[in-house]
Amino acid sequence: MAKKLPAKDVVLVGFGWTAAILGQELTDAGLDVLAIERGAWRDTSTDFAVTFAQDELRYMWRRALFEEPARETVTFRNAPNQEALPMRHLGSFLPATGVGGAGVHWNGQTWRFLPTDFVARSHNEQRYGPLPADMTVQDWGITYDELEPHYDRFEYLCGISGKAGNLKGQLQPGGNPFEGPRSRDYPNPPLDMVYGPTLFEAAAKATGHKPFPCPAANMSRAYTNPLGVEMGPCTYCGFCEKFGCGNNSKASPQTTVLPVLMRKDNFELRTECEVLRVNFDAAAKRATGVIYIDAQGEEFEQPAEMVIMCAYALHNPRLLLLSGIGMPYDPKTGQGAVGKNYAYQITSGVDVFFDDKILNPFVGAGALGVGIDDYNGDNFDHSGLGFIGGGYLACWDTNARPIEHHPTPEGTPKWGGAWKKAVAKNYLTTASISTHGAVMSHRNNYLDLDPTYRDIYGRPLMRMTFDFTDNEHKMSDYLTDRATDIAKAMNAREVHAKKRTGHYSIVPYQTTHNTGGAIMGADPKTSVVNKYLQSWDLHNLFVLGACAFPQNAGYNPTGTVAALAYHTAAAIKTQYLKNPGFLVQA
Amino acid sequence: MSAPNFNRREMLTAGVLVGSAAALDATDRAQARSISGDVPWQEGQANKPDIAKPGTYLFLTAAEAACLDAALSRLIPKDELGPGAKEAGVTFFLDRQLAGPYGEASHWYMQGPWKKGEPTQGYQSRMTPAELYRAAIKAIDAHSGDKYSGKTFSQLTAAQQDEILKGLEKGDIDLKTVDAKSFFTMFLQNTMEGFFSDPLYGGNRDMVGWKLIGFPGARYDYRPYVKKHGQKLALEPVGITGRPAWKPA
Repeated sequence: MAKKLPAKDVVLVGFGWTAAILGQELTDAGLDVLAIERGAWRDTSTDFAVTFAQDELRYMWRRALFEEPARETVTFRNAPNQEALPMRHLGSFLPATGVGGAGVHWNGQTWRFLPTDFVARSHNEQRYGPLPADMTVQDWGITYDELEPHYDRFEYLCGISGKAGNLKGQLQPGGNPFEGPRSRDYPNPPLDMVYGPTLFEAAAKATGHKPFPCPAANMSRAYTNPLGVEMGPCTYCGFCEKFGCGNNSKASPQTTVLPVLMRKDNFELRTECEVLRVNFDAAAKRATGVIYIDAQGEEFEQPAEMVIMCAYALHNPRLLLLSGIGMPYDPKTGQGAVGKNYAYQITSGVDVFFDDKILNPFVGAGALGVGIDDYNGDNFDHSGLGFIGGGYLACWDTNARPIEHHPTPEGTPKWGGAWKKAVAKNYLTTASISTHGAVMSHRNNYLDLDPTYRDIYGRPLMRMTFDFTDNEHKMSDYLTDRATDIAKAMNAREVHAKKRTGHYSIVPYQTTHNTGGAIMGADPKTSVVNKYLQSWDLHNLFVLGACAFPQNAGYNPTGTVAALAYHTAAAIKTQYLKNPGFLVQA
Repeated sequence: MSAPNFNRREMLTAGVLVGSAAALDATDRAQARSISGDVPWQEGQANKPDIAKPGTYLFLTAAEAACLDAALSRLIPKDELGPGAKEAGVTFFLDRQLAGPYGEASHWYMQGPWKKGEPTQGYQSRMTPAELYRAAIKAIDAHSGDKYSGKTFSQLTAAQQDEILKGLEKGDIDLKTVDAKSFFTMFLQNTMEGFFSDPLYGGNRDMVGWKLIGFPGARYDYRPYVKKHGQKLALEPVGITGRPAWKPA
C-alpha cells in the first residue's frame, strides 16, 4: 500500500525543459509545485565540469547521460504484422534521464515551425488536393500567430544566437526569409562562422538559394536572460550533442531556469523517484495525483490539484496508457487517440571532400552552421513531386569527435591500410551537408503497450510500430538531390551522397526527435489534448512535449516544445486557475 | 540565501569521487532525494572519469589477447603513417572495457524472451559483450584451425587473416556458437573507440589516433581559431589527464 503524502498544488512528472518552464511559471503564480524526476540531480560544475566534459567515449558511446534500457526501453517493429522486440541498447535515438532531461545533451538547434506546418492537412489539401487515405496528418488546432509570443519567450530565456529573416512581415537581408513573422530579432547575434559552412553559404547563393546562419542555443557572447541568469560565451569546443556544457554556454534547464527555480520556497524536486501511474477520481473527470516509487522501492501516493506530464515524448503516452487515461489508438479501426500518429524525422547527408581546404572541423558548436529553408514545409511547389512536406538543408560544424566522425570517400573499405590512409587524408578537409526531413503521420505508425516485455517495475514496455513511408523516401531523396546540387557547386574533389534507403532501423543514431502519441487537436475523437495541451478526459491533467505534435515538421522540435509549454503555462495562469475546468469545450 | 532543505550526508555520499560507472550508478540509485531552496553543489567534487588502471589483463587470457592483437593489426595496421591499433594499446583498452560495466552489458535490456528478429530491430543476442568476445575468439581460432591445419588465427599470414576478417564482416563464415556479423560489428566499433578515445581509457596510446588525423583532443576553447579559415593549426593534442610533456601553469 502506497504511503499517502500531503497534497501539492501541482505535480510535474519528469524534470527537463518543459517541467523547468512550467515550474518557473506556476511558482511565480504562487502555486506549491513538486517535480518528480526518475534520474539523479545534476549540476554543471559537478557533472559536466570543463575538465571532464570533452570525453567522447564516456558520454556518447558509454551513454553516461542517457536513459538505461536495463531499466526501461521500447520494443520495436516496422509493421503491425511483425513481432516487436526490445531495443536492447540505445541507437537511433537517445532519451535522457536525470535533471535537465534531454535539454542537457541537445545541440541547441532552436527552430520555429512554419505557419503552414500547423495547418498541414488543410493547407496541403487546399493546394494539392486530397491526401492519401492512410496519411493521418492533422491540423494542430493552434496557429503560428498564437505561438509567436511564446517562441519569443523561449528564445530570450535561452539567449538564442541568430539573425531574423522576417520582422513583423518585413524581410531582413541575411536571415531566413521563409520563417513566420517574428515580433523582434534574436537576443544575440549569430555565432562566428567556421570555414566549412561559409563554403556552403557561397555555393547555396550561387545556385539561387537563400542561406542564413542557423539559430543556436550556443551563446555568441555573454548573456543575462530575463530571469537574471548569466551565461558565458561559447568556446566552440565541439562537445554539445550528447554532452553537458561545462561552460554555461549552451542553454539548458541548468543554465537558464534552475538557478532561480531551485531557490524558491514553493518549489520542491524529488530525484530518483519514478512516477508509476496517474490516479483519477471515480467520475474519471479529475486526476487526483500520482503514485511513485523511490530508489529504495517504497511506493508513495502524492495527491495534487494538477498533474502535468513533462517526461520525454515517448514516456508521456506510455504513462497515459499505463494509467488507463483516454482511449488507446487502434490502427485497424482508426478509433482512439492515445498512441496515435507516432512520427520521427528522416535524415540524410552529403559529404564534400576537398583536397586543398583545411576546415578544422573540430572547431565547432552544436548549432553552428549555415542552412537553407528553400525546401522545407511548403516553401516550394510540390506539384507533381508525389510527396508533401520537406526539411532544411544545413552545413553544420557541430563537432569532429573522431570515434563518430572520420569520413571516407565512397568505396573505401571500413578497415585496413586503405581505410587508414583515407581517414588520415580526409579528416581535416571534409564538410558535410545534412538534410533534416519531416515525417508525416501514417495509419500504421503508432505506440501501444507491448504484450510481452516489461520494465524493471514489471510494467509493460511501450511498443513502437514505425516505418518510413513512400512520402518520406520521395521527400528525403528530393532533399538529398538538392543538397548534392549545392555540394557540387562547392568545387570539391568529390561528393558522396548518402541517401536514406530501406526500412527504418532502430540501430544507427539518427535523431532524438520522437513525436506524437498524445497529439493535440480540435476534436477529442482524433486527439488526446486540446490546444492548451490539456487532456480531453481529465481537465486538471496536462501532457506536454513533442508527443503533442500531430506529425513532425522538418525542424528540430525543442523550440516548438518550449513554445507550447509557455502557451500552456499562460493558459493555466490566466484562465484555468480562475475557473478550473475544460478550457476548450468538446 | 535560505538554508537548503537537503540531507548533507546523502549529498556527500552521492557526490564523492567514485571508481567506476557501476559504482556511480549504485551510488546514484541508493538515495531518493528531496531538494528545495537551493542549487546543491560541492566544491571539488567533479564527477571524474574511470581511469583504466595499468597492469595485467583483467579479462583476456593470453590466447585471447594474441588473437585480438593479430586482428587489430589488420583492422588498423602499423604502416608508414604511424602506429596501428595494436601499438595504440587497443587490446588493453578492450580488456578494461570487457572487464567493466560495458562488458557485462550493465545498461542493456537483457530480459527474455530471446528472438533473432530483423536487422532493423538491432542486437538480440543474450550474450553480453564479454561473453560474445569470449565465444567469438574461441570460434575464430577453431575456424582457423579447421581451415589451416590446426593454426590459431594469430599464427596465420596477414592475407589469411584478412580473408577471415572479411568473411566475418560479410557474415560468410559460420562461427556456429555466435553470429559472426554481430561480433565483427561490435569489434570494429570497439576498435574505433580504443583507437580514438581519450588515452585515459588505455587505448590511443601517445594519442597516436588523434595525431594520425589532426584532432587536438580534449580542448575546450577554440575561440582564437574560429576565423582562421583554411589554416593548418597544428595544435599538439592534449588528453583529459594532460600529456606527457604538459606542465599545468
